[in-house]
Formats: sequence, structure tokens, C-alpha cells
Amino acid sequence: MRKLKFHPCGNYKEKYEEELTIFETDYGRASMLIGLLILFVVIPWISSSYTLYIINHIGIFAIAAVGLNLLIGFTGQISLGHGAFFGVGGYTAAILSTKLGFPFPLSLLSAGIMTAIVGLVFGLPSARLKHLYLTIATLAGQFIIQFIFVQWESLTGGLQGIILPRANLFGLSLKSDFAFFYVVFISLVAMLWIAKNLLRTRFGRAFVAIRDNDRAAEGMGIPIFHYKLMAFAVSSFYAGFAGALWTHYLASITPDPFTLFLSVEFIAMIIIGGLGSLTGSVFGAIFITSLNEILSLASEYFMNLPALAGIALTIAPLREFIFGLAIVLFIIFEPRGLAEVWRIIRSSFRLWPFSY
Amino acid sequence: MPPHPHPPPRGGREGRGWRRFFMEFFFQLLIQGLSVGFLYALAALGFVMIFKSSSVLNFAHGDLLAIGAFLFLVLAAWAKIPFLLAFFLTLIGCFILGFIIERLFLRPLIGEALIMVIMLTVGLAAMFKGLLLFIFGGNLFAYPTFLPEGLSIRLGNINIPPVYVASFVISIIFLLLFGLFFKYSSQGIYMRSVADNQTAALSLGVHVRRVFALSWAIAALVCAMSGIILGIISGVNVHSISMIGLKVFPVVILGGLESIGGAIIGGIIIGVLETFTGGYISTSLREVVPYIVLVLILLVKPYGLFGLVEIERV
Repeated sequence: MRKLKFHPCGNYKEKYEEELTIFETDYGRASMLIGLLILFVVIPWISSSYTLYIINHIGIFAIAAVGLNLLIGFTGQISLGHGAFFGVGGYTAAILSTKLGFPFPLSLLSAGIMTAIVGLVFGLPSARLKHLYLTIATLAGQFIIQFIFVQWESLTGGLQGIILPRANLFGLSLKSDFAFFYVVFISLVAMLWIAKNLLRTRFGRAFVAIRDNDRAAEGMGIPIFHYKLMAFAVSSFYAGFAGALWTHYLASITPDPFTLFLSVEFIAMIIIGGLGSLTGSVFGAIFITSLNEILSLASEYFMNLPALAGIALTIAPLREFIFGLAIVLFIIFEPRGLAEVWRIIRSSFRLWPFSY
Repeated sequence: MPPHPHPPPRGGREGRGWRRFFMEFFFQLLIQGLSVGFLYALAALGFVMIFKSSSVLNFAHGDLLAIGAFLFLVLAAWAKIPFLLAFFLTLIGCFILGFIIERLFLRPLIGEALIMVIMLTVGLAAMFKGLLLFIFGGNLFAYPTFLPEGLSIRLGNINIPPVYVASFVISIIFLLLFGLFFKYSSQGIYMRSVADNQTAALSLGVHVRRVFALSWAIAALVCAMSGIILGIISGVNVHSISMIGLKVFPVVILGGLESIGGAIIGGIIIGVLETFTGGYISTSLREVVPYIVLVLILLVKPYGLFGLVEIERV
């Protein structure tokens, strides 16, 4: 039996493996297990169907946000097309499962791969360009993809969209929010696990090196173009996978949601959560999804009061304003986002009463 | 908005009638494209201004245009201030707004990574757009007409409305002014030095903060002017104006990010391309063509037609 270790009061690492460990002490591992236990055993049983609906949305958006964070937070390439990539995944899944009858898990994976290919196409300009120009290329990608969603009617159903059959997994129907909860969160945990381990490998370190100083990275022999494209592909894979999950969850798809605003929403998630932090992406998804929900509840509430119905209609644009404000405030006051706030809270508990 | 072709003239020699009709259609599209292009060029001026002085890609550009247009709407159409006075008040108001934006949002980020600044402008864009929608809603407003009809020009049998003439004249004037400003005035040279290398400029005694403040103020002023002209031509609507703000990207990439002349030529090319696509291929493709061009240019000639060839190929 291993002995439980506390945090050492200094840096006593002797091997690189120690530097790379995910959990410095066994307490971390234990608390993660407890957290997972609560997530999978307690939460679905105590929440109502409506709460589960929101929690599922959080899970799905968190997957996409993790993908975007791999690109922006770890590789330093801004993408304004993540919303459209999310949609590419959704449409691929919808088309594959309605027209070709793909089973649910296979349609998720192929949606991810398809989106990764599309992401590669729009990552190609990164061969010659720095992030500034790349951002514009992804902006163009957003509009071009949106155009294809609407115009390629024989494939995407145009503005009407596509209605999907209910997903089922190994013969089990995934009709309820409860069943879908497990699909979403098992995928989220798996995706987080993959991302976390990807970042510990050669690839992840290359991403961070490119973010921190691309010239130095090139000088150290990292083939930058290669790795930038790879970051694009991985990030798009995450977006596509999440989009496919979302489409299956809602059982229908139209081109409406996949606008530039959705891309901005994803960027807001990772900035608010914390750039370069996987937990941060999850925090960001929680924050933005709950904010969305609170705002729509508020407008519903005002709608029911006859005297204030006028206000209800004006609240919708306020959503955009509040997102923008949140992005701006976080960049100015806490550029590392909620993940940093969380770290400060934890360490102040740990260091108490000598927290200075 | 594709031009509605007149029905081809009947009778007489069929072939000549059709040919004349096609030629007329072609010229109509060309003129329309040129005028749309000038609009884009005008909209791009303020963008290039900010980029030249601080190498920030301003994603809030379209919303700055919209703010100018709405401020003018409030002053001229609702408060009934005389047009010329309202015009100057709007310019002054936006100049001050530019200062405020710089002071509140961008100054805390001096020295931070550029990626942060770019994302900040994305946030600002959402913020301004939400605010404008909250105040004015998504409706289409129109200014009362005030440009004299005598300003319009007839070319053959195609009439060019006075707004286009005015925007042409204004953009030429601004092109000259800005060219001279960046080339000869000390502030313009400071701006270029700051854009080139912030740290070096700082150590040589350039007042970087003042340069930023000034460039944002001037850019907001130019935005206000372009926004007003856009508003005169196509009506004042938050969505359509902020869309034009995004069209600026293909325009400036085509022309070269640093070049004001390039922005104008890029604007014209994109505008003509757009109307020709709308007229000859399909109306729905019209809105996307600029972005397709954008991707192609980024792949082939990323520094644009007139930009400085100094992209680092890492």
C-alpha cells in the first residue's frame, strides 16, 4: 500500500516523471474520484429533468470549449470559426444517421473526423501566416460554412434543416435526459482525459512552445506548420464531436444557431474559464450556459408580467452585451479566468492561516 | 440587391436590342459595384488607421460604424439639429468616444500579448452591438434627405446618386489627408514607429500611450464619418452596418493591411466582384464571395496587393 503524501513545502522533484505527474499527491486523485462519483451517481438522481437538460448542455459545450482551448489557450491560434465547426459536426452526424443509417457512436466519431478535415482546410493558411491573419481566415471560414449550411439544400435541408431519429446506443434508447446525461458526461470525461494526456506528450509541449515563442520553437526543431495544423485538427475534432452530440440530443438541426455569435460565445467560455486551462474550459461552459439560462428565465419572467412585457423583448440583445462585457472584464481584471480564481480559493484554504 | 434589368426592347433588329441590353446591364452592375466598393473602402479607412498605429485587428469596427450612424440619427433626425452642425457634433462625439474606449479598455492591456487585445475587441464588438440593439432595436431607420440633387452625375443613361458622389469625394480627401498625415506629420511618424516596434518606440521617447489614444480617437472619427454615409445610402440598421464592418476584412487583406490606398482599391475590387456575382451568378453567393476571395488571397498572396512584405513565415 502506498503512503498518502501531503504537498511538500518546496520543490523536491528529482525526475522528469515527477514533473509530469497529473496529481502531485494522492489526495488529488482521491478528490477527483469522489468528484466523479458525485457526478455520475448523485447528480442525475437528484436533479429534475429541466436541470438535467441544462447540465447536459453544459457538458456538450464543455467538450467544444476544451477543443477551442487546445487551439487558443495552448497553441495561441485564435479561431473565430468554432461555432461553424460545431455545426459541421452536427450536420455530418445528422446526414450520416438519416441518409446512411449510421449507428449513433459511429456517427459521433465520423462527425469528429469530418470536422477535423474541414478544420485542416481552414488551418492551411497557417502555413504562411501568423495568428493575426489566421484569425481572419477562420472568420472567412465561419461565413463560408454558414453559407453552405443554408444553400446546399439537397444535403443539409436548407433552412428547414434535418430531423433525426432518436439515438440509441447498443439497443438502449437515449430518449430521456437521464440517459443522455451518461453519454454526454462519459464523453466529456474521456475527452478531458485525452486532452490532459495529449498535453503531456511531445505534441502538447510543442503546442505550448509555439504559443510562447514560435521563432524559438522553430529554432528548436519543432515543425511549426505541422503542429499548428494538428492543433487545428484536434480542436475541430472536439468541436465536431460536441456538435454531433448536441444534434443527437436535440434530435433536429437547422442552420440558425451556428453563427458568428456562437463562435464568440465559445471564445467567451474559454476566456472566462481561463485560457490554457482544461478545468477552466469546463468552468467557462458552466458560467456561459447558466448565464444564458438565467437571462432567458428573466425575460420569461418579465413576459408574464403585463406591465413589464416591453422590457422582456429588449432583454434578448442584453445577452450579447453581457457576454461582451464579461469577456472584456475578464481580460482586463483576471486574464487567467475562473480557473485562476478557483486556484486562489483552493490555495488560500490550504495555506490558511498563513496565506500571504 | 441585384439591379432589376429592364425588359429588353422589342421589335427592330433583335440582336442589337439584346446586345444593348446586356451592355447596359453590365455598366449598371459596374457602376453599382464601384459605389459599393467605395463604401467598403470608406469603411476600411478607420480600420487601417488602428492597424497602422497599433497592429490591432479591430473586430469592433462595424459597431463603431454603427455608433457613428446612430449618433448622427439621434442628433439630426430626432433632435432636429441642423445637418452640418449635427455632422460635426457626431464627429466630435466619436472622437471623444475613441479616447474613452482606449482609456477604459485598451490602456490596461499595453504590453500584453496581442492575442488578448484582439479578443478584447471581439468582446467590445459584442458589447456595443448588444447595447445598440438594446437601445434602438433591430429596426431600419432612415435619415431625412439633405444632399442636394445637383450633386448627382449622369454617365450616359446611368444616374449616379449624390450620395455616391459625396462618398467618392470624401474618401479621396481622406485618402490624401491620411497619406500626408502618416508620411509627414510627427504624430503620424510616431504612430508608424509604435506599430513597428512598441518597445523600441517607447525607449526612443515616443509617448506610446498618447499615440494609442490619438489613433483610436481618429479611427473612431473616421468610423463615424463612414457610418453616416453608410446610413445615408442603405438606412441605419445595427445588423447591416455591423456586417459591413466584417466585410472590411476581405477588403483590407486584399489591399494590404497597412495601405490606405490599398484599402480603397481592395474595396472597389470587392464591391465590383460582389455586384457581378449577384448579377450574373446568384444573389445568395454575393454575400460570401468576399470571404472566398479572402481565403484564396491568404493562401496565395497574404500580404495583399500593396501591403508591406514583412510577414514572418514561422
